[in-house]
Amino acid sequence: MHRSKIVSLNYSSKMSGEIVIQANQLTKQFGDFIAANSITFEVYKGEIFGFLGANGAGKTTAMRMLCGLSSPSSGQATVAGFDVRTQPEEIKKNIGYMSQKFSLYEDLTVAENIQFFGGIYGLSNKHLKAKSEELINQLGLQSAKGQLVGSLPLGWKQKLSFSIAILHQPKVVFLDEPTGGVDPVTRRQFWDLIYQAAESGITVFVTTHYMDEAEYCNRISIMVDGRIEALDSPSGLKKRFNVSSMDEVFYQLARKAKRSDN
Amino acid sequence: MRTVYFILRKEFKQIFRNKALLPLIFVAPIIQLLILPLAADYEVKNINLAVVDHDKSSYTQKLISKITSSGYFRLSGYFNSYDEAFHQIEKDEADLILELPSNFEKKLIRENHEQVFIAVNAINGTKAGLGGSYLVQVLADFNSQIRLDWIQPPRFREQAQIEITSSNWFNPLMNFRYFMVPGILAILVTMIGSYMTALNIVKEKEIGTIEQINVTPIRKHHFILGKLIPFWVLGMFVFSIGLFGVSFLIYGIVPQGNLFLLYGFLAIYLVAVLGFGLLISTYCDTQQQAMSVAFFFVMIFMLMSGLFTSVDSMPMWAKVISQLSPVTYFIEVMRMIVLKGSDFNDIKFHFVIIGGFAILLMSWAILNYRKTT
Repeated sequence: MHRSKIVSLNYSSKMSGEIVIQANQLTKQFGDFIAANSITFEVYKGEIFGFLGANGAGKTTAMRMLCGLSSPSSGQATVAGFDVRTQPEEIKKNIGYMSQKFSLYEDLTVAENIQFFGGIYGLSNKHLKAKSEELINQLGLQSAKGQLVGSLPLGWKQKLSFSIAILHQPKVVFLDEPTGGVDPVTRRQFWDLIYQAAESGITVFVTTHYMDEAEYCNRISIMVDGRIEALDSPSGLKKRFNVSSMDEVFYQLARKAKRSDN
Repeated sequence: MRTVYFILRKEFKQIFRNKALLPLIFVAPIIQLLILPLAADYEVKNINLAVVDHDKSSYTQKLISKITSSGYFRLSGYFNSYDEAFHQIEKDEADLILELPSNFEKKLIRENHEQVFIAVNAINGTKAGLGGSYLVQVLADFNSQIRLDWIQPPRFREQAQIEITSSNWFNPLMNFRYFMVPGILAILVTMIGSYMTALNIVKEKEIGTIEQINVTPIRKHHFILGKLIPFWVLGMFVFSIGLFGVSFLIYGIVPQGNLFLLYGFLAIYLVAVLGFGLLISTYCDTQQQAMSVAFFFVMIFMLMSGLFTSVDSMPMWAKVISQLSPVTYFIEVMRMIVLKGSDFNDIKFHFVIIGGFAILLMSWAILNYRKTT
């Protein structure tokens, strides 16, 4: 309960802010298959934006376009003021990304991963050292600093991944199912990290399948078969569908879906 | 450049931490270099000879003992008929049949002329071809001996006799190892360079870490430099182990030419090979695919680059393929510098070509490497 209070506080104070992500009829087509179909939305600075949808709805495709990993078939989008089509490398300087698949180096230690990614983002040695100490302390990883990342439990890996994704203080961080397969306690801790990041001014764009997590977001969009079918605050959506939980909202929308993962 | 440093540090850590790969990089080439040249020896020995002697005279005895004492032949037996001897060939117990007609001795002395028949089992082409020609040589030698014994040399020779003596330059004893070891070393360096590079990058694709790299503002050429420099260094290192540790210490091959020239060529050659590995990695998504593609090409490189067989004796179309393989030039340069002591003037053409390969393969790979799909 205390969480939703924080959310509403953040939300009202940051609603007035600038637009950080703007998508306008963004489309990605693979052959005959339209993975993301003309999606349009805006995300404001400091917001936690939930990006929901069933498996195969096109969330990851949309997110990859916004990150400059995949170029759109049609439509426009800007992230942090840069065009995804023409300035993907500029976007990359201003975002953090955590993919669905764990993608730190398992054969490097915690400290080495931090150093590597920090170095790639161009952090100075001094800054890098301070940041990595701060991060290790924050995650309580002091004792695991010299351990290979591959040997850490999944929950720790995910928290570490997230912290590395925001190491360079990006304007936006994209999280693709960051808590998949993680236990409830660790999920809670993970969302604490997300809140801290949002507090520090980082816009959070997150996909999830957990409806309790959807409740933590300021606003959410729900994708069905490549289209955005609904976009509002959790309470707004519940009101609109006249139901008491996000679960039911999701169910009502997603059962219309014709396609699935396979 | 700082970015490159971070990638290099990461790559070297990962390479030296990979306990399965490390021995493969350093030990496998040494073992291969020790084993392969032993098998790649063209000198044919132990040729099994079946003799059908219809004459059973002292001459045929002399001839046969001359053949067996040459050291190349092993008598698999005497037979009464050609059919019996042919049976030996069918059972793969004989490689050659020598049939001596009856009245061999008489005819040879009286008529100064006789024919013998040689049948060759051509299943193993090299053995058959060389065995046949060895046998012909022995026969010719035998023939001239008899002529000396029987024919009063005329004051002036009726026929011009040209005696041929040959000497083998750059490899006086025709030791095939001198010839094979540098060539095999060239192939090993090629394999390590191309496989390791291709697999390393494709592995990052497979486990998904490449996506985490592609979403950073890293410059494409920084990433590629960081990825290639470690394998360039490894290639140089493995080559040095092969050249000094195995080729020199074990086979006693002392490079005749300038080592700086050799290393200069290798430096450029490795750029071409790593570019090739990188190129494969840009077209493949899994290590299995990359391995299969790399294997396909390395196989062609190995058999078409003049390692085992001379490029000059290939048909035109094969020559073209051979000339399209960078390995061909490296093997040639290796042999030229190591055995012959060639200098820059002799191989400047090779430098130009390999430089072209390096530029072509590397630019193709870089152009085809995409951070955004």
